[in-house]
Amino acid sequence: MDKRLPIEVRWHGRGGQGVVTASRILASAALKGGYYLQSLPDFGAERSGAPIAAYTRISETPVIDRGPVYEPDAVIVLDASLIGQVDVETGLVANGTIIVNTANPDSPALKRLQLKPGQQLWTVDASQIAIELIRRNVPNTPILGVFARCFSVLDIDTMSHAIDELMSETFPPNIVEANLKALRLGHDQAKKIEVEVGANA
Amino acid sequence: MTTTQKQGQKPSSGITLPPAQAINGGEAVAYAMRQIDPEVVAAYPITPQTFIIEKFSEYVADGLVNTEYINVESEHAAMSACVGATAAGGRAQTATSGPGLALMYEMLWVASGMRLPIVMHLCSRSFSAPLNILCDHSDVMGMRESSWPMLIGSSPQEAYDQAVAMPTIAENKSVLLPVANVLDGFTVTHSVERVEVLPDEVVKEFAGEYEPDIWALQPGSTATFGTLDANDFYFEHKRQQVEAMKNSLEVVRTQLNAVGEITGRPMNLVEEYLMDDAEIALVVLGSSEGMVRAAIDQARADGIKVGMVRIRLFRPFPVADVRKALEGIGAVGVLDRAIAFGTPGNGLLQDLATSTRTMPDRPLLMDFVYGLGGRATPKQLFRQAVDEVLNMNETRVEPDEPAYLGLK
Repeated sequence: MDKRLPIEVRWHGRGGQGVVTASRILASAALKGGYYLQSLPDFGAERSGAPIAAYTRISETPVIDRGPVYEPDAVIVLDASLIGQVDVETGLVANGTIIVNTANPDSPALKRLQLKPGQQLWTVDASQIAIELIRRNVPNTPILGVFARCFSVLDIDTMSHAIDELMSETFPPNIVEANLKALRLGHDQAKKIEVEVGANA
Repeated sequence: MTTTQKQGQKPSSGITLPPAQAINGGEAVAYAMRQIDPEVVAAYPITPQTFIIEKFSEYVADGLVNTEYINVESEHAAMSACVGATAAGGRAQTATSGPGLALMYEMLWVASGMRLPIVMHLCSRSFSAPLNILCDHSDVMGMRESSWPMLIGSSPQEAYDQAVAMPTIAENKSVLLPVANVLDGFTVTHSVERVEVLPDEVVKEFAGEYEPDIWALQPGSTATFGTLDANDFYFEHKRQQVEAMKNSLEVVRTQLNAVGEITGRPMNLVEEYLMDDAEIALVVLGSSEGMVRAAIDQARADGIKVGMVRIRLFRPFPVADVRKALEGIGAVGVLDRAIAFGTPGNGLLQDLATSTRTMPDRPLLMDFVYGLGGRATPKQLFRQAVDEVLNMNETRVEPDEPAYLGLK
């Protein structure tokens, strides 16, 4: 069973991967779903390649918490090399979901995650999808597809509308189209990984 | 509930709303500025104010406003341009943050002393050094005595709602003062949230036109602005500003009510949360309200009768409203997001102490400094503050020194 509202998401990635944009798209999708929302970047010096975080909150009531998400229902990692450098799984709720962008579901990086029984791990090769379709390593839209697969409150069509609307403001139609395809491919190619609980605890 | 259903929803005044927007506080302010369409906007970009002027300059470039947008060379020049534009009979707005406000400090006093109804959106930010771009209220405290009415919102929605009200407060003939719409840097400016906006024509009608009685370029007028006053009437002019500030309080109340009636979202000078049966309280400014409310909810679940008072109108300080809110309260924790170095108490504590000093059973006060330079303050820390205030209410001993929440 996936989590119903409210849902709090914490994003981890590196500057340039579209972390803040992804968080914002998710928030816009939440608006389209008729919900209250918040997308808040974690504020540091934003520079290309530096670890950055963002938070998304989706709720049926107005969101009043304005600060970091300490106990996320979902953690989304756009760059698996952050695992071990940043405590990405910190505070993940007991039945929480972690989604990682990686080409290799058997990678040692994933084994470093300290997951608990009941927590779910999903992976997708979002970078590969992005490079193939968008011609740039911006893994954010494919990984939103995985979110739509894991959390039924926002379906893939709602997410697609949000991407279309937000990206059409700044990008040409072919780029928007590539991102919409990437979203669906991410959704379809996501893999649920059996977690070895406490392997590294 | 979907946004399309929401679209047909009618607020209390019976108008049809545009769809809700997923926008951040900065964009929400720019949205209101577009609707108001001031004659002049002069600004210099500074984090975290940038969303406002980036978005607004897009509106200018897209021809959606008639505004003369002036890319000035500094914040001192930004406020100077607003002074000139307003003295010449136009409506002018600007936006800045922290160090930018510091650079326009001289002109803040010129604007208020010349009684020019400029609107400034202040995205609160710490002062350097050490260099920090994040939120605290050092800048807010830095301008508190400059004769500007100052409203502090707690969300992108409030930043928008207040922005709609601002020109009508400033331009009221019993006020004629510049006004500041404060939104917390990042936690409001950068927080994308659901914002309900009003139709353009409703905001335009509400804001009306700026119609000054006298202005510098008025044909046939001999009016002058900001000339040498020396020891002739300078004192009297300052005394008049005292009256204008006093007058502004009820004007703010009326105009917030007026906007609240249109939107269906009431706004008060002082917002109360669970104060009806409260024995102790926390007092806060701005966007930390949410975390404080979460802490209050926790404390209530633990059986503590605690409430929250959020002060929206920071200047003129709404003494009567604050006293009323704190009547019968035994102990108050004051949350200060700036340090007033070397003073007997930080900014908000000073205001609370002065406001409550003649109350028959005045509440005991203790000060908590928190969130400097953007330090996140989780609800557990505000929950601890509740315990300390509860303890003070029992011991009846006020501490001399502030506590520092979340200091490493």
